[in-house]
This record gives sequence, structure tokens and C-alpha cells, in this order.
Amino acid sequence: MTTETLIGPGFSDPVFQSQGAFRALLAALAEPGTRHVLPGAIIPPEGLQAATATALLTLADYETPIWLPPTLRDGAAGAWLRFHCGAALVSDPAQAAFAVIDGTAPEPALAAFDAGSDQFPDRSTTLIVQCAALKGGEAVTLTGPGIATTRVIAPSGLRPGFWAEVAANNEAYPLGIDLLLSHADAVLGLPRSTRIVEFA
Amino acid sequence: MNAHQTLPADEAVPAYNYAYLDEQTKRMIRRALLKAVAVPGYQVPFGSREMPLARGWGTGGIQVTAAIIGPADTLKVIDQGADDTTNAVSIRRFFEKTAQARTTEATEAATIIQTRHRIPEAPLTAGQIMVYQVPQPEPLRKLEPREAETRKMHAWAEYGLMQVKLYENIARFGEVTTTYDYPVMINGRYIMAPSPIPKFDNPKMHMSPALQLFGAGREKRIYALPPHTSVRSLDFEDHPFRIQSWKEPCALCAATDSYLDEVVIDDQGSRMFVCSDSHHCETRRAEGHRGTMLGDATANGLVDPSSSTVIPGDRRETRDPFRNPAGQGSGMDPGSPLRSARDDDAKVETGADS
Amino acid sequence: MYVAVKGGEAAILATHDLVAQARRGDAAVPEISVAQIREQQGLSCARVMNEGSLYDADLAALALKQAQGDVIEAAFLMRAYRTTLPRFGSSEPVDTARMAIRRRVSATYKDLPGGQVLGPTYDYTHRLFDFALMDNEGVMVGLDPTISGREGATAAGDARVKPEHDVASLDAHMPRVPDILGAEGLMEPEVPPEGDPRPFDLTREPVSFPADRDVRLQAMARGDEGFLLGLGYSVQRGFGGNHPFVGEIRVGEVSVEFIPEELGFAVDLGEITLTECQMVNQFAGSKDVAPQFTRGYGLSFGHSERKAMSMSLVDRALKCREFGEAAEYPAQQDEFVLYHSDNVEAAGFVEHLKLPHYVDFQGELELIRRIRHEREQRLAGENEALPEAAE
Repeated sequence: MTTETLIGPGFSDPVFQSQGAFRALLAALAEPGTRHVLPGAIIPPEGLQAATATALLTLADYETPIWLPPTLRDGAAGAWLRFHCGAALVSDPAQAAFAVIDGTAPEPALAAFDAGSDQFPDRSTTLIVQCAALKGGEAVTLTGPGIATTRVIAPSGLRPGFWAEVAANNEAYPLGIDLLLSHADAVLGLPRSTRIVEFA
Repeated sequence: MNAHQTLPADEAVPAYNYAYLDEQTKRMIRRALLKAVAVPGYQVPFGSREMPLARGWGTGGIQVTAAIIGPADTLKVIDQGADDTTNAVSIRRFFEKTAQARTTEATEAATIIQTRHRIPEAPLTAGQIMVYQVPQPEPLRKLEPREAETRKMHAWAEYGLMQVKLYENIARFGEVTTTYDYPVMINGRYIMAPSPIPKFDNPKMHMSPALQLFGAGREKRIYALPPHTSVRSLDFEDHPFRIQSWKEPCALCAATDSYLDEVVIDDQGSRMFVCSDSHHCETRRAEGHRGTMLGDATANGLVDPSSSTVIPGDRRETRDPFRNPAGQGSGMDPGSPLRSARDDDAKVETGADS
Repeated sequence: MYVAVKGGEAAILATHDLVAQARRGDAAVPEISVAQIREQQGLSCARVMNEGSLYDADLAALALKQAQGDVIEAAFLMRAYRTTLPRFGSSEPVDTARMAIRRRVSATYKDLPGGQVLGPTYDYTHRLFDFALMDNEGVMVGLDPTISGREGATAAGDARVKPEHDVASLDAHMPRVPDILGAEGLMEPEVPPEGDPRPFDLTREPVSFPADRDVRLQAMARGDEGFLLGLGYSVQRGFGGNHPFVGEIRVGEVSVEFIPEELGFAVDLGEITLTECQMVNQFAGSKDVAPQFTRGYGLSFGHSERKAMSMSLVDRALKCREFGEAAEYPAQQDEFVLYHSDNVEAAGFVEHLKLPHYVDFQGELELIRRIRHEREQRLAGENEALPEAAE
């Protein structure tokens, strides 16, 4: 039993696949609410969307602890991230540089993750929320840096009260976590600077 | 566990990684960039690497560009607004060498524009990324030399010291005497150093459709402005912010709305004023705009006559004596064998991680 | 004519050629080899290794050759190369107590276990030119009596002099002086932080302030020798509260060991030459702790005593926070010392002033002309308004 037989491959061309994926992530957080496909064409481990796996492969390494829901952490996804990123998997959400949650899971609360400190607000968690789709859900109106006026998004498969939590995250600005909503091979960014103007 | 980096298994790996930086370093810079974008104007500390170019010569901007650039990009590098100043040439060569970068002088053709001290006159567009070289990222440093103190001021948005300094200026000289690196307020929260661009360029930052990234290599800070971000130059109601203006238009292209450099043309103190943005000036001349001294300047060899024949919107490549030895013409045309060689070989040369 | 319109590319190419010419000098003079620099300019190589943060005497010699002997430029070459090297991991801590001693002196004791070993030093040379070295081959072979003290050593009764021929029979045991004082409880104990974490690496992570001692020591180890010398000197002259004694300086070889993950046991990677200085400083104490001497520590690559001594002086000065002393002087302020001791960064930023700044300068020109114009107008207006009062 070797790791190769259990763990699927990561990038076949790490330099350029991670560069391409990074640019999509950069655009996603620079223009909140816009959908960006992460190129890379990797086969994600069970429990991770392709975009989630690509984003972590692009950004995570031995310097960035990752929080996963326990079932993922103890399964193929955890092993895959340990192997390809060399990242430590932590059980305390507040210790995580990156974290993945399911949009419908009732917890952990967004406030459970690290919002950074007033002198170092950059030292906060980047949270990937895996959802059912990036459209088709309730309409939410955004504004803030990266948005010329307002932008409407409607991702689906998010727990009740999710948008109130996102709004509360923004209220702590410049502290707060930064969100990436992921589905299939695409992401949509919601940095802490984005204000939720309107939600149902 | 104390191994910090794994070696590539592939022994055919080139001596230096694509775009010089190793992948771990790129990840570290990329993470810093994402946080910088999420908190516009806040300076993210990063593990700035030793670079083969000197500190103070653009190592912050170079590291940012190296972390973002890819085969799909076209890079423009300017210093003082010009593509042909020596350090701009040197940095452009660095990326041509280490990342086989496609380069251009045309602002509108570039996807990444690395700059020192200027923002191009041509409006930036959505999808473009400006990379600023920053010598001193801390706008409060001249008022408070201690990092431990300025960090607290930003944390608590205690910017009284800056207001006092600007007001002392006004009391003494009748106006704010900062002419470049003029401090700006970002998104109503952080005071930011726009890098030593003339204050003339400050308004271009406000709500720009381009993404703006700032790298300070020596001081080890990265910060950013997402597109459409509020950038307000600090001022007072009774002393509103104003930018430089010139009495005369550009002597070469007659532009009245561009930043002008003063060129002393003899030892009697005669001078001419010309656009600092060399590409902007060339484009205007090609469109038929003629300044009062264009004829003289061409006759005296101050202006390359060929550069006045650029077709508007021409996406010509940067002249590169390393690929086109002198005498073989000034342009590398898009169909040259060298460029196709790069496209064909890109995977072979740089396919391995490190 | 200096008009920066076009031509930067050609000019850059030309400078590269000119540098190559200047580096070679007169072609009638034989070219110096890297091996010659490594063997015969070892102290320069040591400085380049220290400030370049890379222990490789061949590369240091190459850097010196390429940089025409400019030490800072050579250190820059080393660092730019070092940053691209993959990291396999961290070595085990080296043990200077087990150093193969070449030189070891203490100023605090006349004699001590292991003895004083003078070794190679310029300390007791008279700084008189040795014209025999001028263009005469062969004179470097053999020892100059003014350097080694071997022949006609007038200090025969001085315990600090161990004649060269005794080198082979040095005591195996040479305890470090602070350890001797420590056994008596007179020396401030050196306790690693909780969990003994791997030291910070400021070449990989950004520093924040106040900086811990591992960061400070790393910064000084790669810091400019001249800058640290000046700071150390300022401490001695009163810009700092130190009263230092050289507890010990030792120079010699230590072995470097590494534990590969896959093996799980230490592998010997080879030897490096180190200079270590332990400076004993006047005591500190409190209600709870009896007075003790405090220490300043310096460690550097190669034979580089001045560097190690300066570092140990500044190290002690920077410990003021730990001892509750006021940080009034430059050598006591970690931000000041750490930000300004890096000569590669300093040189880059000072020298970047050579880059064109005409856009910024144009802003200043526009401003000063306008302010002067407005002032003239205002004065003229005042004169018109008050012609009588002015008289």
C-alpha cells in the first residue's frame, strides 16, 4: 500500500497551472462577485470541488495550516492535501490559514475562523465555501472595492443566516475572513471589504 | 519536520525557475497579494527575497510581477514614464530572460505594466494590472520612524499626525508642499503611499478599472488597490488638492493634458517641455499632432524619426538589441522566429516545478 | 548630450563591456585565479561569506573576483545566488564547545583550562609594510616572525602565547568561559525559548518588532561589519551602558550535522570555520535574582574577530529590553540596528539615487517656482499698498 495508489495526482505542470489558477483567484477577490474558472483540470479528491482543490494546491503549503470538516480531514481529501501541499491539517478553525466548509453545513460559524488582529489584519483565514451552484439562489446585492456600483449574485446551497454572517464579517473591517464560494471548476470571491447591501 | 522545500525530482530543470522565483516563494507572495487585495491600502508584510537586482531598484515590483506573470501576459515596463530609461530596460530584459516574457511599449497592449514613478497617460482598462515599485511603503515613516508605532497608527486609524504635518505645510508655504508620493486615503480607511508618482497621477488611481499592486522589496511590504476603489488625496476644505499644470504644451506632440519633463537643451538655460510618457507622446505624434519644437528636435537627433511613424494602436514589440542585433531594425515583429520558438519550447524549458 | 530620449538599451550593453575591461585591468599582468583569492585573501572571503549569508569559500572568491574586490558587491552576488538555492532543511545546532581550536583567547583570565592559544593574529604585528611581499614569489611560504611570534618570541612568559609547534597537542577540553562563570552561577543563563523552536529566518519571513534575539543575531551575523563596528564602538564610548570584557574569542572548525527525514540519524556534512566571541558585561540583578554578569554573543563565518566582537557588543546592547534598561541609544534600538545593518539593502537604496528621478524633481521645480512667484507678487502687492509706511 503506497501513497500513490491511494492519492490522486495534483498538477501535471505546477508552474503554469498554479500561475493560471492564481490569476483567476486574484481576479475573483479583486472583483468580488464575478465568476472565475480556475484552469488546471485536476481530478479533485472526494469531498473537494475541483476549484477548491485547485485553489489549495495553488496557495497552500507547509506554512499554511488548513481546516477541513472532520469527515474530509480524515478521508481522501485530507491525505491528498497533506501529500501535495505538505500542509498541516488543524482541528481548531481559529488556527487555519485556509479552511473549507460545505455551504449547507450549520457550523462552524464564520466567526469561528481567524479574523486577524488590528495590527496584522492580513493574518486571517481564507475560507472556501463549497456550494451547490454559483447561481440560482437568492439574489444578494454587493458593493465595495472592486465593484463599480453594485453587483448582484445568487449562489445557491448556503445555510440559513449565511448572508447575515457575511454582513457581520464585513462590519469588523479591516478585520475579517475572506471568502471564496466554489462550485465545480469556478469560484466567486467575497473579501471582507465587500458590503452586503441587500439580502432576503 | 524541518525540511522547508522539496527538490524537483526532474534533473532537467533549468538553472532558474520560470520568472526566477521558486514556487514556494511565489505562493508566499501570492498569498500576500490576495490579502492585500482584500484589505485595500493595508501593507501586508511579506518574506521579500534577495533579488539579483539591487534593493531600491525595483525588487518589490519585480517580485510582484514574477509572482503574477504567465505565458498569456504582455509586459510593459516604464521608469519616469518612459520605456527606454535604463532601469526599465534592465527590468524588461530580466523578464524576457527569465520568463520569456512578451513585452510591449504600447500601454493598451499590455496586460501587466510595471512602473516606477508614473502612471501612463492613456487610460488604464479593465483586466490590466499595474505593478508599482515602491521605495517607502509607509506614508507615515517621515513623521514617525518606528515601525512599531506606525503600525499602531494604522491599526487604530490614528492619522492626526499626518493632518498636522500637511497643515504645517500650508501655514508655512500656503499650500501642501508634497509634490510626489502624495498621501492618499483608501476606501475611507487606510492612508497609503502611492509610491513616488507625481501628484498629477493621483487622480488616475481613483476608481481605476485596473488592478493596482504595490511591491516594496527592501521594506518587505505588498499592498493593493482593487479596481473601482476610492482613492482620495488628503486635503483640507479650504485648501483642496490640486495637481501640477504647465503653461505650455508638450514641445513635441502639443499635448496639454500630460505630465511634462523639463529638458535643458543648452548651457544658456534654454529648455523644452516634453511628455514624460514616451509612448503617449509617440502615439500622438503618429496621429499627426506636432509640437512647436518637433522639427528641431528631429533634426537634432533628440527624437528618433522612426518613432514618429508609429501607427496608432500599433501593438509593436519592444525593441530588443539582445534578440535583434543593432542594425537589423528596431522592432521585433510578432511573427519573428524567436517568438514562435518561445511558444513552441515553453513547455519543454519550463515544464518542471522547483 | 545627456537627453534621455532613447538609447538606454545600447548604453546598458556598453557598460557591461566596460566593466569587463576594468575588471581585467592591464592584460600584461597575469589574471588572478579564484583559488588564489580563496587561499590568499581568506579574510575578505570570510567577510563576503558573512555578509552574503552563505558558507562557500569558492563562491566568495569568485564573487570577489567578479566584483573587482568590492566586498559589498560580492556579498550581493552571494545573496542573489543563495536565495535561489533549494532548502533541504536545517542542520543540527553546531557545538562550539567541541570546536577544533586554532585560536582561543580570554581577556578575563590569565590562564584557564585549555590555555590561551594565540594562533594566527595580526594583533601583535607592527603595521610596517613588509616590502618582501611586493612582487616576490615564495615569501608567503613560511611564517613571518612578527606575526607568529615563533621566533624570538619575547612574550615567552606570557600564558597567552602558545608557540605554534604546540598546536598539535592542544588540550582536548576547552570549556567556554561563560560556561565556567555559569558553573559558579555568576553568568546569566542562556535558556532557549519554550519548546526550543527552530530559529526565525529573516530571509524567508518578514520581521516584526520588537524583534526576538534569534532575529537580531541573524540580522547581525549578515550585517555590515563596519556598521556593527561603529555601533559597538559607540556602546564603548558611552552611547549605551555596556562595560564589556572579552570573556573569550575562539576560532576554529566545527562539524555540521544534518538529520535527513528518511534516515532519522545525523549525517556529518563537513566542517566550517567559525569565530565566536562571548563578551562578559556588567551585571544585572533584581530583588528576586542575585546580580549576575550578562553576556553578549557574536558568531561569524571564517576568521573574523572584529565582526564577532562588534556583534557581541551590539547583542548585549540590544538586550536592554530583557533587562529592563532604557533604550536610549542607537545600538539599543532593534529597529534601528536591524533595518540599517544590512549593507546590501542599504547600498541598493543609497545607490538608487543614481536612477533618474526627473519626474519627481519636475514636481519640485514646478512647486518652488510657483511659490517664489506667488511670494514676489505678494511682496509687490504689499509694497504698493503701503508705500508710505515702508519709508
